[in-house]
Amino acid sequence: MAEVLLEMKSITKTFPGVKALDNVNLKVEKGEIHALVGENGAGKSTLMNVLSGIYPYGTYDGDIIYNGNVCQFHKIKDSESQGIVIIHQELALVPYMTIGENMFLGNERGKKYNIDWNLTYSEADKYLKMVGLSDSSKTLVKDIGTGKQQLVEIAKALAKHAKLLILDEPTSSLNETDSRALLDLMLEFKKNGMTMIIISHKLNEVAYVADKITIIRDGSTIETLDCKKDDISEDRIIKGMVAREMTDRFPKRKDVKIGETMMEVKNWTVYHPEFTERKVVDDVSINVKKGEVVGIYGLMGAGRTELAMSIFGRSYGIGITGELILNGVPVHLTSPKNAIAHKLAYVTEDRKGNGLVLSNSIKHNTSLANLDALSKNKVIDQDKEYEVAVEYVKKLRTKTPSVEQNVGNLSGGNQQKVLLAKWMFADPDVLILDEPTRGIDVGAKYEIYCIINDLAAAGKSVILISSELPEVLGMSDRIYIMNASKIVGEMPASEATQENIMACIVKSGRGE
Amino acid sequence: MGSTGKLSGVLKKYTMLMALVVVVVFFYIATDGKTLNPQNINNLIAQYAYVFVLATGMLLCILTGGNIDLAVGSVVCFAGGVGAVMMDKHIPWPVATIVMIVIGILVGMWQGFWIAYVKVPPFIATLAGMLAFRGLSNVVMGGYQYTVTDKAFLNIFGGGADCYIPDFLRNESLVASIGKTLNNMGIQFHDVEGNVIPLTEYPFSWTCLFVGILAAVAFVVWTIVNRSLLRKNGYTLDPFIAVLAKTILICSVTIWISFKLANYKGIPTALIWVILVLGAFAYITKKTTLGRNLYAVGGNEKATRLSGINTNRVMFLAYTLMGFLAGFTGVLNIARFVGAQPTYGEGYEMDAIAACFIGGASAYGGTGTIGGVIIGATLMGVINQGMVIMGTSTNIQVVVKGVVLLGAVFFDVASKMLKKGGAKA
Repeated sequence: MAEVLLEMKSITKTFPGVKALDNVNLKVEKGEIHALVGENGAGKSTLMNVLSGIYPYGTYDGDIIYNGNVCQFHKIKDSESQGIVIIHQELALVPYMTIGENMFLGNERGKKYNIDWNLTYSEADKYLKMVGLSDSSKTLVKDIGTGKQQLVEIAKALAKHAKLLILDEPTSSLNETDSRALLDLMLEFKKNGMTMIIISHKLNEVAYVADKITIIRDGSTIETLDCKKDDISEDRIIKGMVAREMTDRFPKRKDVKIGETMMEVKNWTVYHPEFTERKVVDDVSINVKKGEVVGIYGLMGAGRTELAMSIFGRSYGIGITGELILNGVPVHLTSPKNAIAHKLAYVTEDRKGNGLVLSNSIKHNTSLANLDALSKNKVIDQDKEYEVAVEYVKKLRTKTPSVEQNVGNLSGGNQQKVLLAKWMFADPDVLILDEPTRGIDVGAKYEIYCIINDLAAAGKSVILISSELPEVLGMSDRIYIMNASKIVGEMPASEATQENIMACIVKSGRGE
Repeated sequence: MGSTGKLSGVLKKYTMLMALVVVVVFFYIATDGKTLNPQNINNLIAQYAYVFVLATGMLLCILTGGNIDLAVGSVVCFAGGVGAVMMDKHIPWPVATIVMIVIGILVGMWQGFWIAYVKVPPFIATLAGMLAFRGLSNVVMGGYQYTVTDKAFLNIFGGGADCYIPDFLRNESLVASIGKTLNNMGIQFHDVEGNVIPLTEYPFSWTCLFVGILAAVAFVVWTIVNRSLLRKNGYTLDPFIAVLAKTILICSVTIWISFKLANYKGIPTALIWVILVLGAFAYITKKTTLGRNLYAVGGNEKATRLSGINTNRVMFLAYTLMGFLAGFTGVLNIARFVGAQPTYGEGYEMDAIAACFIGGASAYGGTGTIGGVIIGATLMGVINQGMVIMGTSTNIQVVVKGVVLLGAVFFDVASKMLKKGGAKA
């Protein structure tokens, strides 16, 4: 039996009105990768915040035993000085500073009144090498991609002499190649004796790296699975997370009726708004029929979001050329307003940034895209607005005490439902859903899938953009595959498999 | 976590109100009750009308994302200056008034254009306006002072801060009989020197009191109707006790103020204008799509644009309406000072901005209400006037204003932190 590095004993943490953690136990052995999984709001991040001292000693009950000593962390510095370093889901780098400056921010080399820049950059380069990054530490952070930024975060953690590294959703903003590289790096660290805790939604990744998996549900630890002994199939883990067997992760479509072509995009080309030479969408032609769910699969950066947003009233990109035909009539959409008037809706992948007004209520968010339908002479009929909001909360089973609740207070899945409600209320014929299940838990995902099926059954045309292959395969009638700004394949769902979709991408990558 | 969010929201809403009560009580004690004299209440309204009007416009700008308009003080001076010069040249006052308001609107559109469509940061665009329109005021007035003499203009817009709604409801025989009844009950009336006088000679505006009571009754009726409508439609109702307390508070304050004002010279004309502006803009922010769009742009501009709303136009309209209100304040201002000078309106922008923030508008945009503006502007007015009556030096007055502003914004930030700390991970 290996030595136990960290033990968290019966941790209980309450917020006013809510017990976020209830008697949680966690044991991490030296040199292992320990995964924490659970639905959104289950308490994973709270637990890590307790561990790192963000919630100081005294605000929770229970003991943290690290390296054999009972610890009382009052602030992050306390836990960091012991070698416990947490890398948060949202990257905390300053874009206009160099990699080196970022790495030693708050931990500067040299003296407080005389920073030793030579030492800073030479040490930075050393740690960058350890994470396999060849860029110079004098590069500005804004000039490197998210994948590399994540590596910089890890290098930054190493520079703090981390002994226990906590990674909160490290791959949530990475594409598959970068994700895989990161996971391999973790395995590499493990060989060198590093202990790590990873929080992730992506169960395949967890299964790939973890030695042990602890499942948290509703603020309590449910079980810890040993990857060598126990069954760690996705279904098994999901069962622990949601307390029920997910026999089918995708609801079946009933009586699929696909009608005529609703929207057609021909030879669509879009250029990047800043790097004006770069084509982000290159000669793309797609179509979607009434009552059809069309999947667009592609890795991040393939140009899917750019394609969708440029179709939606040219809300992205410049130099857009190509033809857009709605219901057999060529149209020229100049603004989102114009697009909505033509019964188009784009449900963004970035619900906090581009989708919702977090400081406004569910009611106000639901009506935002279609206020005209609720108002006469620009005066809003607030009774009607309330009724509409209540109707959609019921229809989509959004969990909230009232429609007056601020959207910022809802969980990710419920926010996504509000976002969908907003666009359903705009009454579109074509809905473009961009990563509609990103960052939401398994139960909410299933509900979103049901909504998508209902929309299609009601004769709407749905374009489902996703980088999760099973999702595209499970939901679509027809699938387009996009890679490097181009559509590289199209196939009916009945013929599609993970293998031949990946084959399309690989082939296009070789320029065939 | 709804409960915490709501709680801190309620707390914030009523803390400023409580602060107002504390400040009023403080000055009442510190000045031996002078601040609540009928005349001082009257002066508070007439002299700080500009803060209410400008803060209303400023709120619109702040809602769009914490953007402010530094130019309003200069615009007030410029529009007023043009009007004063026109009236000096015997151009009829209605024409001059319209010109002043149009100038305000045009200035607002000018600044709105740079901010909304050219994307010049509001701070800079309006700083430029602050300098330019101050200069233009000097050019228009040639550095001189102009006096406004048109009686009709002064009467309508509160000339000399000493214009009132005539007591047209006064019925001498009724007053006489009430006076007699009261005399019989042993209640006597005195003039300033302390001589006993009949009630008919006692200065009291019956119209003012009547209007105050009418307003209170209207508010009660509106509350009841509104509540029964809400109940009928099955909406969640605020607790009865809370509504009752709020209604009693608002009604008693309204009647009390109207009684105080009646004891002086009646309803100051400026109050009518302030109420009209506040009412109109409360409606715009609460009930119209424009109002909704202002909040949405401040909350998340990108999401609002992708919801098919022309966010540039919303921004443009916010500054245009601000300009309109600045122009209108110019009208009120030359009436109040019975003339114009190139230095008028200096620092008004700061008073307006401070009133908004004290009233709970977020410095990041997206939240804030006209109700908050009323509380914020009143608080500023009470503090200002209280210190004047106490004889505090002007320098100290400015210091106190600054500290109050900082304290109020600290509260905004602190309540946000509280909320964050209580959020679920």
